[in-house]
Amino acid sequence: MQVFIDEFGFIWGGFLATLSLAAASGALSFVWGTILATMRVSPVGPLRSVGTVYVEIVRNTPLTLMFFFWVFVAPSLGIVLDLGFRTAVVALTLYTSAFVCEALRSGVNSVGLGQAEAARSIGLTFGQTLTQVVLPQAWRTAIPPLISVLIALTKNTSVAAGFAFTELVAVQLRLMTRYPTDALFVFFGVALLYLVITIPLGLIAGQVERRVAFAR
Amino acid sequence: MGSPKGQTAGDVWGSLGKGLLATLHAAAVAAPLAFALGGAVAILRRGARLRLLTGSAAVTTELARGLPVLMLMALAKFAFGWDVFWSVVFGLVVYNAAVVAEVLRAGLAALPRGQREAGLSIGLSTMRTTLLIELPQAVRIMLPALVSQVVVLLKDTSLGYIVAYPELLRVIKTNRDYFGDTYVIPLFFVGASVYILINLTVSRLATYVERRLREGGKGRGLMPPRSGPPARSRSRVSADPRAMRVPTREIRCSAAAVP
Repeated sequence: MQVFIDEFGFIWGGFLATLSLAAASGALSFVWGTILATMRVSPVGPLRSVGTVYVEIVRNTPLTLMFFFWVFVAPSLGIVLDLGFRTAVVALTLYTSAFVCEALRSGVNSVGLGQAEAARSIGLTFGQTLTQVVLPQAWRTAIPPLISVLIALTKNTSVAAGFAFTELVAVQLRLMTRYPTDALFVFFGVALLYLVITIPLGLIAGQVERRVAFAR
Repeated sequence: MGSPKGQTAGDVWGSLGKGLLATLHAAAVAAPLAFALGGAVAILRRGARLRLLTGSAAVTTELARGLPVLMLMALAKFAFGWDVFWSVVFGLVVYNAAVVAEVLRAGLAALPRGQREAGLSIGLSTMRTTLLIELPQAVRIMLPALVSQVVVLLKDTSLGYIVAYPELLRVIKTNRDYFGDTYVIPLFFVGASVYILINLTVSRLATYVERRLREGGKGRGLMPPRSGPPARSRSRVSADPRAMRVPTREIRCSAAAVP
């Protein structure tokens, strides 16, 4: 138990790092994910293909590979990001946005085709149809899967530990090697901090899901 | 390709092949264990009479699902002192078993209540009702989600990179350190292609299974069982799959969204 008192500042720093990493890449991937989703449902063929290829590639490669790319490969291509927070945000954003896109798209698909057809037939443009008719309805269905994406993102921030960013798992690894006898305590302490983030999110998702079920 | 540092192309390919084998080995050991354990937990949660048992199964699942896989691998490696292979397998099994248990729980919950009632009313115990009547149906409707979970498991083997398990990505890193940055692009390209190829194949399998389920009649062996009133003759397979399809798809949306 002494570990927590001695190393409180270190652990707390890791917690804040995880939190800020999740928040920053969460916000950015919502933006990029929305753009991708718009591309995937747009009437422009090439845009649709680009969106599809992006999502398929990212969803089928590990996040570790994405990190590896930005840390070891991108510099050879002339793109140098400063190691640590910024690289982690870029990798996590590009990865998570594919899942955000799919969550949004499943929401859009849940809206009846007749809605979009009706909007088009009264003369709304694609943009108007999407923003004024389809998205307001798609939103509700998309929220629970979006929250599960956010939960997954929080857990995925741990991959940054392997690429020079000191967040919670990096803290855990360091403390476990420094205090081998207290390794189990360290694990449960760090686990608690993750659950502080993920369990409330899960509860919110469940709550929203129930509400949506009533609304339908 | 020349032969930098006296290594031939064959040596590099050989090392990459070994890395791939290590990746597949971890996945091949972890996947069956995860499915078995996840199935056992789901059965326990549904079929056991003891509150204590179902409750603790529920809590454990929630905990394991809420933690990063990497943390679990680190737990096995540093707290239990296991070797890297089993640490990687441990992380993969615990996390994926929790997810499988959750997927099956959702599948069991989506079954019409009559199935359970019928089982109990003919005198089966809750456990036997779960095992003999509900589970086979739940597995069938959740099959696409279960297959896509294999993709997640395969992708997560790459976390072995961080705990120094010599899987594909770790081997690529070793090669890059040895040969220098000039060769990192082709090495990365090979690694990425391998992951995409394997995972796309498995993803396709999931979509295929889902389509077979949706088409109903053609995929006779995989068809969702008839819901509603029991069929008069057992051989009739023209059941209406729509009743099953709705919950399946809803659940799949949220299940598939988890990276």
